[in-house]
Amino acid sequence: MKAVLKRIASMIPVLIGVMLLTFILLRIVPGDPVSILLGEHYSQETIDRLTRAMNLDKPLWEQFISYVLGVFRGNLGVSYTLKRPVTALILEAFPNTLKLALMGAAFAWIVGILAGIIAAVTQNKAPDHIFMGFSLAGVSVPIFMSALFLQYVFSYRLKLLPLTSDGSAVSLILPAVALGWNSAGSVARMTRSSLIDVMEADYIDTARAKGLLRTAVILKHALKNALLPVITMMALQLSSMMSGAVITESVFSVPGIGRLATQSIMNRDMPLLQGTILFTTVLVILGNLAADLLYSVVDPRIRNEG
Amino acid sequence: MGSGNILEIRDLHTSFFTDSGVVHAVNGVDLDVPKGKITGLVGESGCGKSITAKSVMGLVRYPGRIESGSIRLDGQELTGLKEKELRKLCGQEVSMIFQEPMTSLNPVLKVGRQVAEALRVHRGATSKAEEKQEVIRIFEKVGIPEPEQRFTAYPHELSGGLRQRVMIAMAMIMNPKLLIADEPTTALDVTVEAQILRLMKNLCGENGMSVLIITHNMGVVAEICDEVYVMYAGRIVEKAPVFSLFDETAHPYTKGLLASIPRISGNPEYLSTIPGVVPNMKYLPTGCAFHNRCPLASEKCVREVPEMVETGEGHFCRCHLAKAQTARG
Repeated sequence: MKAVLKRIASMIPVLIGVMLLTFILLRIVPGDPVSILLGEHYSQETIDRLTRAMNLDKPLWEQFISYVLGVFRGNLGVSYTLKRPVTALILEAFPNTLKLALMGAAFAWIVGILAGIIAAVTQNKAPDHIFMGFSLAGVSVPIFMSALFLQYVFSYRLKLLPLTSDGSAVSLILPAVALGWNSAGSVARMTRSSLIDVMEADYIDTARAKGLLRTAVILKHALKNALLPVITMMALQLSSMMSGAVITESVFSVPGIGRLATQSIMNRDMPLLQGTILFTTVLVILGNLAADLLYSVVDPRIRNEG
Repeated sequence: MGSGNILEIRDLHTSFFTDSGVVHAVNGVDLDVPKGKITGLVGESGCGKSITAKSVMGLVRYPGRIESGSIRLDGQELTGLKEKELRKLCGQEVSMIFQEPMTSLNPVLKVGRQVAEALRVHRGATSKAEEKQEVIRIFEKVGIPEPEQRFTAYPHELSGGLRQRVMIAMAMIMNPKLLIADEPTTALDVTVEAQILRLMKNLCGENGMSVLIITHNMGVVAEICDEVYVMYAGRIVEKAPVFSLFDETAHPYTKGLLASIPRISGNPEYLSTIPGVVPNMKYLPTGCAFHNRCPLASEKCVREVPEMVETGEGHFCRCHLAKAQTARG
């Protein structure tokens, strides 16, 4: 419990760092938010008034502090283009992204782990080569490619699933597969090599000497050990899932955080962009925390050190 | 058959087919374990002791396999058995404990469960409480203090000696006829070693169980063995009752082994060793595999593989000079 609190406390400097970085970055990129907001034909007076209203006339550090204070009060500012509070926009979009990420992760983990196990137990035989071929394709084909491919086959040709998503579960199947495909590949490779390693361990001999058959040895003794490193990797993949979601959501028009982020970049909508980046960071950190906790549940050796 | 042997190994050849050549790890081993006795198998690291044991349990890993020979457990041939049939015997008729108690237990499972599993595999599922009772009883028997608490412990929470006791409990719980112990005390310190050896000896006496103990430690041999096999480069080079082995050592290799035990009474400046190293099993020397390290080697030793000859009662030796030696001595 103490360890968990310590981990949560250590998130705060990371968050402030991220805020600082995005804040600075967005102020050094060219393009003045006021002129973006107003277009070209406005009087200097209007521009000045708006600059003042948006606090852009204050020194940078003052802007930053008021921003940080706002964040801790749950106020992420108002979107320039959508004219609505960023917090509300994010909370509206988040359930869709969450669904997409969870479905993608579920696909990646289930398919990846199963494929990895099959490949490991048929090491250097046909199923191994087939699954590892697929996983290599999974790892190396970029998301937008697999997304387009899936759209072509399952929506356009077979007409099984909708081409774009409105956030409903069925409409999220294709995006989730596109998103999870990549991770499934790396999970499969990791599971395979880890399981092959574990099968060399002494306690595997012990289990067999006890009279356990191969299947039981793998399921009861090898798998739990083999999945320890895979769990860490799966958590790290949450972050790549988040960046993958940006692309996937654009391709499938999923109304989620990723699409908010792309929109905000296109429109130089700084408050919205800052908000989405910050929110995503929090998600990734929480994902890693969850992985650590899960790890200590699975591995009794770590539980004791806490 | 019907002989007084629980285990009979005849002309066993186990080889590893690696990319860089065939390794003849076990090269025609004959070995008997008499019922109710403790038989020792000694030799340096890499001489094929462990592979002999693993051949019995069907634990030889790819690219290794049993090429030829016969392994009979209580009259039943084990080579050529289907995996499923062999596993049925393992844990029930014959069980094995390993050298490294640190790595031989699954780190993520409670030790009680791991021992109970040995029951469940062979007996099918019974109630958890019953299983636990039985495990706790065997824990007591092998001298694990506070067996109730230990039942739910993880391996890393136990000392090396306790882990080895857990391994023994696991091996003993089905009351096997034969226990194969592969260097069971090598990883333990000497006081714990003595306890574990005594425990094995007692269990053997109580249950009429036979033991094949693999070791490189002549002290262990002297302590508990009834009969001893000395192995060198995949072959048995000497077989003798334990006293005879120490008193009327026949093979030059065994003499070398015995001479390299440090003695308090001896010259403290000088520790006897056998010159050279165990030969590369891929390129075994011709003739007697020991000839290039043997102080007495003659030209015949380079040419011909010596046969086993009887040099005393129940005392056999694979050496061209064996007969002459005992006649002189």
